[in-house]
This record gives sequence, C-alpha cells and structure tokens, in this order.
Amino acid sequence: MIRFVFACLVSVVAALPVRASVDIQEVTSPGGINAWLVESHEIPFVALEIRFQGGASLDAPGKRGAINFMTGLLEEGAGDMDARAFAAARDALAASFDFDVHNDALSISAEFLTENRDAAMALLHQALIDPRFDQDAVERVRGQIVSVIQSDAKDPDKIASTTFSALAFGDHPYGTSLNGTEETIAALTRDDIVEAKDRVMARDRLFVSAVGDISGDELGVLLDKLFDGLPETGAPFPGKAEYQLSGGVTVVPFDTPQSVAVFGHQGIERHDPDFFSAFVLNGVLGSGGFGSRLMEEVREKRGLTYGIYSYLYSMDLAELVLGQVASGNDRIAEATEVVRAEWAKVAAEGITQEELDAVKTYLTGAYPLRFDGNGPIANIMVGMQMEGLGVDYIATRNDKVNAVSLEDVKKMAARLLDADALHFVVVGTPEGLETTN
Amino acid sequence: MPRLFGLCLSFLTVLSTAAKADDVTSFQLDNGMDVVVIEDHRAPVVVHMVWYRVGAADEPPGRSGIAHFLEHLMFKGTDAYPDGSVSDIVEANGGSDNAFTSYDYTGYYQRVAADRLGLMMELEADRMTGLTLSEADVLTERDVILEERNQRTENSAGALFGEQRRAAQFMNHPYGIPIIGWRAEMQTLSRDDAFNFYHTYYAPNNAILVVAGDVTPEQVRDLAETYYGPLTPSDALPVRARPQEPPQLAERRIRFADPRVAQPYVIRTYLVPERDPGDQEQAAALVFLSNLLGGEGATSLLGEKLQFETQQALYTSAFYDGLSMDDTTFGLVMVPAQGVSLQEGEDAMDAVIAEFMETGVDLEKFESLKTQIRAANIYAKDNVQGLARNYGEALSVGLTVQDVQDWPAILDAVTPDDVMEAARTIFDRRNAVTGWLEREDTTEVTQ
Repeated sequence: MIRFVFACLVSVVAALPVRASVDIQEVTSPGGINAWLVESHEIPFVALEIRFQGGASLDAPGKRGAINFMTGLLEEGAGDMDARAFAAARDALAASFDFDVHNDALSISAEFLTENRDAAMALLHQALIDPRFDQDAVERVRGQIVSVIQSDAKDPDKIASTTFSALAFGDHPYGTSLNGTEETIAALTRDDIVEAKDRVMARDRLFVSAVGDISGDELGVLLDKLFDGLPETGAPFPGKAEYQLSGGVTVVPFDTPQSVAVFGHQGIERHDPDFFSAFVLNGVLGSGGFGSRLMEEVREKRGLTYGIYSYLYSMDLAELVLGQVASGNDRIAEATEVVRAEWAKVAAEGITQEELDAVKTYLTGAYPLRFDGNGPIANIMVGMQMEGLGVDYIATRNDKVNAVSLEDVKKMAARLLDADALHFVVVGTPEGLETTN
Repeated sequence: MPRLFGLCLSFLTVLSTAAKADDVTSFQLDNGMDVVVIEDHRAPVVVHMVWYRVGAADEPPGRSGIAHFLEHLMFKGTDAYPDGSVSDIVEANGGSDNAFTSYDYTGYYQRVAADRLGLMMELEADRMTGLTLSEADVLTERDVILEERNQRTENSAGALFGEQRRAAQFMNHPYGIPIIGWRAEMQTLSRDDAFNFYHTYYAPNNAILVVAGDVTPEQVRDLAETYYGPLTPSDALPVRARPQEPPQLAERRIRFADPRVAQPYVIRTYLVPERDPGDQEQAAALVFLSNLLGGEGATSLLGEKLQFETQQALYTSAFYDGLSMDDTTFGLVMVPAQGVSLQEGEDAMDAVIAEFMETGVDLEKFESLKTQIRAANIYAKDNVQGLARNYGEALSVGLTVQDVQDWPAILDAVTPDDVMEAARTIFDRRNAVTGWLEREDTTEVTQ
C-alpha cells in the first residue's frame, strides 16, 4: 500500500452529510434510555454501538489496568456459561460482540441477524450484567495482558507514544498505559475486576446508537431488556490532565534500523468556538494526504519517510496536536528539522488561498464517504452523542467548514502552532539527535 | 480477550463471501478490459478500482520490488495530469485514493461521490498508458520505498522472520521473494526497470475494472466505453506461467532470534492447493479445516485444548487463504504461555492435530460454522468495498465471476468427510516449514 495507514486516534468530528438521505430518530425507551436510530431494512441485521464514557481513565488509584483487564473478561463467560459455552452460544447465533476500551470510553460493538435478535441480545445482556470473571479466565487473560505489555516494551511505535504520554501527563491516567504494568497486573484480584466494572459500566455514562433492520419501538424494548440490572452511577471522572512538557527532544535508545518520532504540543478543545479553524488548518498541515505540507516536504520532496501526519488529538480531559514520522537512523534528524521548520513557517504565515479552497472541497465532499454501511453509521452516531452534538448539527456541519476564512486559519496557526514548544520523542539510535535539557 | 500482541499476524481465515448474483453484472470491453459492477444504492458513493493481472511474482529475476515500486511511481503524473495531480484532484473532489501490490495483482482505487465516477475513470485510463517519470522522481521515491521497507520489515523482528519463512517455503516459486523486495535489489531499481515493467503489463486487456456502489451497469458501461474503450490492447502480454514449486519431500525448519522479540512463537505452514477455476472444493474444505482447528480461540480445537484445557498457549490459530494464482499455504500458530518452551508448544500442537486425525470433526461445531458462513454472506452486503475487493482479487488470480458466485454454495456443500480427506492430504511435515521465533537471550535446545 502506498499510503501510510495511521493509527485510528484521530479525533475528527463525525457527522453525516447534508445530502445523505439518512434519517436519525431519537428514541427513548420506556425505561428512559436514550438512543439514536437509523432504520434501514435492506439487509436483515442490526449494528448496535454502546459506549460507557470515561473508559480506562476511571481506573482506581493504584489499580491501573483493571478496567482494560475487566473489558477483556466480558466475553469470557456469563450467567451459567463459562467462556467456551458463551462463545459457542454466540457463534451458533452468528452474532458478533466486540469489547474494547480506550482512555475516554469503553465500547461494545454488536451485530446480529434479525432472525436471532432476541437470543443474541439475551446473550449480550448476560455479558453486560452478569459476567462470571471465573478465576481460570482471570489467569488466562492476565497471561495475555502481560504478553501484550512485554511486546509493547519492544515495539518502537508503542515506546514512542507511551513515552510522549508519560512526559506530557505524568501521574494522570492519560500519562500511563491503560494496560497497566506487569506489577499492577500481577497484583489485581478478582475483587478489583468486579469493582472496575462498577466504576465504568453504569447508566449515567451510557450512549447507544443502532442502525439496521429494527423499528424505534422495537429498539426501545430491546434496550430496556439489554441494560436491565446495570448500576445507576459509576465512579467520578478524573480532573483535567495538565500538560507538563516543553519544547525539545527526548531520545529513547533502542537498537533498530529506523527511528520513530512522535512529536507534538498542546492542542485545542473540541468545544472551542474556533475549533473548525484548527481542523481546517491541520487538514493543510499534516492530515496525511499527499497535498499536506508535511507529506510534501518530508516525503515527496526529500524521500525521508514512508509516512508522516499530524492530527488534533482532542480528548475529554486534555488536548494535543500530535504527529508521527519514521526515518532511517541516519536521516531522522533531518526529518525532525524539516518538521520544525514547516511548523514555524505555517505558524508565521498561515496557508494559501489555494490550499484553503482545496482542503474545504475535500472536507465537505468527503462526508458521504463516511457512512457507507450500518456499522460505520452507528459508530458515527454514537460519537456525535458523546461529543454533545445534536442531530441538527448535521445540517450545519459543512457550513462551519466553509465559513473558515484565510484570516481565521492564520490567526489559529499563530495561536495553536508553536515550533519552539514542539517536543520530539525519538525511539531508535538516531544520528545527530540527543536528549535536550 | 484482548487483541494479542503487536505481531502483525493476520492469522485468520476470512469466511469468504459473495454478493448475490442479481446485484452483480459483468461484461468485457472490446479491447479486452473486464468489468464488474456491484450495485448498492444505500448511499451516494462509489468505489472505483482497476486491478492489473500482475504482481510481485511476475517480476524479472533480480528486480524484486519493481511491481510495488511502479505502484508508487504511478502517482507521479502524466502529460495530461503532471506532478502528482491525480491524488490532488481526487481529494479536491472529496475522494480518497490508494493502491496496493500483492504477489498476483496490483490495484488502484478511489472512493468518491457517485457523480464523480467519470472523472475517476478519466484519470485512471490516462495513467494506464501515459505515465511520465523524471530521474529525480524515481530516486526520491526509491528512498521512500526503502523507508517503507524499514518501517514494515527491518523494524519488526516478526516481519523479518516471516520473510525468512517464505523464502524457506518457496524454493523455486517467486512467492518466496518479499513483495516489497530484497533490500539490495531495491537499492538498484531504476527508471528503466519501472518503464519496462509498466509497458509490458499495463494494458486494458490485462486489467479488471470493478465499480461498486450507487451506479447502474448501464452507466458504468457508457462511462467505461468512453474512457477505457479507446485504449489499445497489448498484443505482447506474457503468459502468466511462473516457475512452479516442486513437490516438497523433506521437512524444513528455521529458527530466528532477535533481541526485539518479546513473545516467542511457533508457526508451521504446509504447501497446499489454492482455489482453481471450476475446482474449488478442496479449498472450501480447507477453509472449514482452518476454522475448526484455529478459528476462534474459545471454540476451535487448538484453542480449546491448548488455551483452555492445558493452558500451554496464550494464543493459537490456523489460517488459509485460497485466493492465489499458484500453490499457497495452510498455517498453524502456537504462542506458548510463560514457562512453556517452543519445543513443548510445538509438541502440544502436534498432539492436538494427531488427536483430531483420530477423532474427526465435531459435528456440532461443524454446523455452527455453517451457520456463521451463511450469516457472513448477509453481513458482507453491508461492506460494498469489501465485495468489490473480493471480486477484483478473485478475477486477478484467474477465477471467474461464476467461480466467485459459486463459492458460497460450494462452502455450504462441504461435508465432515471432505474436511478429513483434506486434512489427510496436507498434514505431513515433509510438506511443511516450521519456524521458531525466539528471544535472542534464550538458548532453547531441541531435544
């Protein structure tokens, strides 16, 4: 593949296109659960997306890794079924349940056929409300997590991103890996797992969307059954994460031929009134396309890398502008220099009218491409709800992009981008780069 | 279960699928270009793909990586659209584009609003014959693919191990050479190499057009005749006859150690047949075999025995992909739990296979798998790009539209006896490569 496929961390505003004939219904179940629904009866299945806000950041002090651990155990047995019986029941229904967690949300993605809807949801209900957390499952998953932690410790990409997070956020949950450490994982007990579940899986932080072969009334009944027995409230959310890093370079020595650099500084809140100016700005600076400044300067002109990109990483409790690039150990110093120079140039001069026009056409035209299927649409809708956007937001979204002027971008570039504040974490044996300070 | 390891092992067999026949139309242009149209009118989007029946396994000796290098250079420009403007135009129209190179095919695609389809065809048709390259472009882009090799392969012990295993698996067939190329050969690839390859293989009668989404076959036919129709076919396309792999008669074993390995594992691949036109039954049986042995950890035989009962494994898998021009591989993976040696892990894996050969297929699991395969056909309709890819890949490796559409029924007709017959045919270590990926600090001794 010619393009660098980048990590799916990009916090992009998700919205549906104006031109799309997608009709979102706001459903409230008889029991009071709110959900967004798009009915689509062409294919006899439903894609259901569930989120519990807070995710792994709700780990109790000293219990880092517990919520991720718990998430890995949700499909390892429930009710009177052990892990294998649960998997066999799910397979016999040809349903799929994916459980995942990141620092802002625990997510569950389910797909099930119309003919098996009730049985599939009864099964998922048991996993959500009555997971067994059997001791043998706990030990099995513990072994897997330790292996992941050990593998991450020898993966240059992972070392770079976790080092940046640690330097940026220190003791805040954002500063440590949600996997925990070998030490914290070794110490976690079944009681910790049970507590972790109640901290995060609660009604007061629940978001739901559904797309497919189901009516609003049917969905309401389904949701009440699915979440029956879920605690009302979970643990309090942690406070904002203070950004603690200043400009410079941190080299993490690692014996490998190509150095990986993660770079960035403070970003912008998703709810900032000028967020769209920043969004458009980054589209030109480093969105990953061939037209972007970083791609042009670092890859197309100089052949220094296979891929480079930057993105607005606006999380619930902190904001960053982040980027990544990888170059041979003998060339990474030049790559970082080019990045810093381009960063300074855009901060000082902004972008051109031609670039602004092109990126607007791209951003507004790209909308319809985002929702080509039940699964993607459900995913977009649940993201919109978590960001506090209303269904009416859809109609104005392209207008907000189009309203950004050259002057707006220039002001935002001067406000947001700061080459002196850029910090590079470089993993490898880079020539001509040393840790500063 | 958490997703395990950054091993980049996509060791899963896809439950392959096909769109319903009535959503799919195929025809051929007068110049020999094949066309497949998959209709899905739920969103105003199309995927436009052009697949060339040429890949890394068709490269001249000593020029490894040229198929993939050319794929990169195809974005450099033509007289009509110079300086990399194809991607700019696609993006300025709200689309995204990309490309991929495999052993058997090279593909280019765009996703755009349905009303931009004609423009996409104009761009793709233009660069099928109109590529221009400056010496400077070629040299800069060669640095890019060397960095790509750094990123994908040199920086990953698992990827280097995979490359060595393939080289051991295919002694004579070019499937043993990495798609991205051997580093020393990549460093010498030239503008002439790229043009020779381009002029030999890029022609309408060596291409497959796949359009999927909110279009009708009539619209596609009109546009295709307008943009691709005028292109002159090649009268000198080479026959795709690669050096074939001789029968393997002796077991091969490799061990690879690297300080960057955190999690050792054992992987064994057997040389097996691929899906052939009009002859996909054995491949279908192998799909069942791979899923029964190592599909889902909690329900497959290897998972049940080694992850759950003896707890000797952290992860197990079996994999098979029948979409290939020539003989392919059937693989088994065993990632040992802490304290279990690779030898113990391999022995345990072999014991499970031996027991399976005695006891045969679990009928309840077999039926569950059939249900899942039928369901996969329903879920697959939600992803029209996946369907498009499936047709493009199948036609590129020599299958027909009919073969693709017959595949679900062939899968559905597989019996437990077929699965055991396939297992008896392939499970012979004289026909396999077994690899151990080891930490450099361990010195395990084979007993």
